[in-house]
Amino acid sequence: MASLTSPAAAESFTSASKPALLSIRNVAKSFGKNAVLRDVSLEIAEGEFLTILGESGSGKTTLLRIIAGFEQATSGELWMGAERLDQQPPYRRRVNTVFQSYALFPHLTVEQNVGYGLRVARRPDAEVKRRVAEALDKVKMSAHAAKKPSKISGGQAQRVALARALVNRPQLLLLDEPLSALDANLRRQMQVELKSLQREVGIAFVFVTHDQEEAMVMSDRIALLRSGELEQIATPREIYSRPATAYAAQFIGHTNLLKADVSAGIARCGSLSWPASLADGPTLFSLRPEHVRIAAGISGAVRVHARILNKAFHGGTELVRVECADGLILTARIAAGTVAQREIELEFSPADAVPVRESSERN
Amino acid sequence: MFSRAYKMVVTVPPLLWVTIFLLVPYLLMFCYSFWTVSASQTIVHSWTFDNYKDLLQKPVYWQTLLRSMWVAARVMLFSLALGYPLAYFLSFYAGARKDWLYQMVIIPLWVSYLVRAYAWKTILGSDGVLNTLLQYVHVTHHPLDFLLYSPFAVVLTLTHIYTPFTFLPIYAALEHIPRNLVEASHDLGATPAQTFWKVIFPLSIPGVLAGATFAFVLSLGDFLAPSLLGGPSGIMISNIVVSLFGAAYNWPLGAAISLAMLVLVVSLLVVSERLEKKWSFS
Repeated sequence: MASLTSPAAAESFTSASKPALLSIRNVAKSFGKNAVLRDVSLEIAEGEFLTILGESGSGKTTLLRIIAGFEQATSGELWMGAERLDQQPPYRRRVNTVFQSYALFPHLTVEQNVGYGLRVARRPDAEVKRRVAEALDKVKMSAHAAKKPSKISGGQAQRVALARALVNRPQLLLLDEPLSALDANLRRQMQVELKSLQREVGIAFVFVTHDQEEAMVMSDRIALLRSGELEQIATPREIYSRPATAYAAQFIGHTNLLKADVSAGIARCGSLSWPASLADGPTLFSLRPEHVRIAAGISGAVRVHARILNKAFHGGTELVRVECADGLILTARIAAGTVAQREIELEFSPADAVPVRESSERN
Repeated sequence: MFSRAYKMVVTVPPLLWVTIFLLVPYLLMFCYSFWTVSASQTIVHSWTFDNYKDLLQKPVYWQTLLRSMWVAARVMLFSLALGYPLAYFLSFYAGARKDWLYQMVIIPLWVSYLVRAYAWKTILGSDGVLNTLLQYVHVTHHPLDFLLYSPFAVVLTLTHIYTPFTFLPIYAALEHIPRNLVEASHDLGATPAQTFWKVIFPLSIPGVLAGATFAFVLSLGDFLAPSLLGGPSGIMISNIVVSLFGAAYNWPLGAAISLAMLVLVVSLLVVSERLEKKWSFS
């Protein structure tokens, strides 16, 4: 574990309660001069649902492809237990992938697709039949066993792709944005199903997505990638309530970033000030909109008098953008329909203003 | 949607073209194949099956037809044996050199067929490049005479000429295979060899069928290569047809043989098309 260098990875190791199944050590990847991954280290625990979250171009798919063996890392190592994984060809890794576009074999039936891995491993016929039937049953596709992939819907293809990977009982299942092609309703339904399936089979999942909501709903831990570097790795709750960086705070949920100056235990941002036991100097704070409430006079809360700029209706709540007297703009999430006036008294607890690291500028 | 005049303008010319240059000649040929030639070398317009009987009964005709099919079959097999690995290498392993190599395969198609056939003549002849070389390195002391004016020369030349025709559809089929299918196969534990036989080859079958059909049909009807390089033993059915329409002045028999070949080729095309449909999955 000495090779774990980045602080994010060290944090991940303490929060993973189970032994590490796969450890990614200082992996970097460049295509020509273009560095796609830089020194990524993280560990995936047995039975864990880990999401690699990032914008397009963050290197998340490349990282997945390195784990699967479709790409070679430029430097760094992959270890699965005592076995060096990165020197194995993909067909020798006990890792299976659910592809973004499913990649079902068009010339084979659903049943033959699911049985493919067992057949090439030369398992006995009876075993192949039984396991394929079980897998199809698990994803509720038994009725479509004899169909060709061109005759089933996107959601069904997704289930077949899942069954085809799981039937081999991999140690690790990789999923490359498998839900992105589905419409919103089906996607939400599949998120729940996928999560419960993962619990049921107990296989570690590495799930790649650009959708932070999806990541929050499904994951045990989220690894946030930004321009090829690991920004933060933590549980969804942790990453939401204690974002490590300004980027993490902004990428996951909405936030207000307050540029404050800390001196003698007091943080000052415009006309606002609150106690903060941090070293002196400029500090960035993340304040979630839901922590900005209509003033109720709670002791110790920071009061803000502001003018309402606009409101965005979100069903049960609305996001209200306000401007303070000194020009500072804040967003508050409050119960829908509670404010009608032009001006408003708001407050927040100093504890909810979370200091975050400034994200370094990268391209 | 479209005016009557517009529909006329777009449909009539092609219909006329097909009628005048295809249907009428075929009809004429069909009629000729049932007529005969009199002793005084005039065509007698009386209807008879004699020409077809000749075709089946006189060994020279059906044997030459069978021999031509055998030549075509060999050309087909050799073209596939050369074209498939070439297409596979280009599609999967050529990387950055792909476009360049592709052009190298295509460029010979711009060179006249006749030039390429003559080139083989200078290579294979008894004073040719190959025989001179073989004698120079003392592999043989006399020029090898089976090299030129033999079925061997015909098969070799036709294979050289038609390999690009098998390469192209196979290459197109291979290029159309989504690469994530290959990755999926490796991911599921299949070795590269298993992946080739279980995924890549089955998905390239339409290209293989199209290429095989090209090579077979084009070689079956070829008459230049056998007349330039075939010699007496390398004669093919088209040479017979050419002479029947020319020196021998027996148009009816020539027409009958042509029609028989047409039926053969069209049935082959139908079968090949059916099979291609069966093996395409997009």
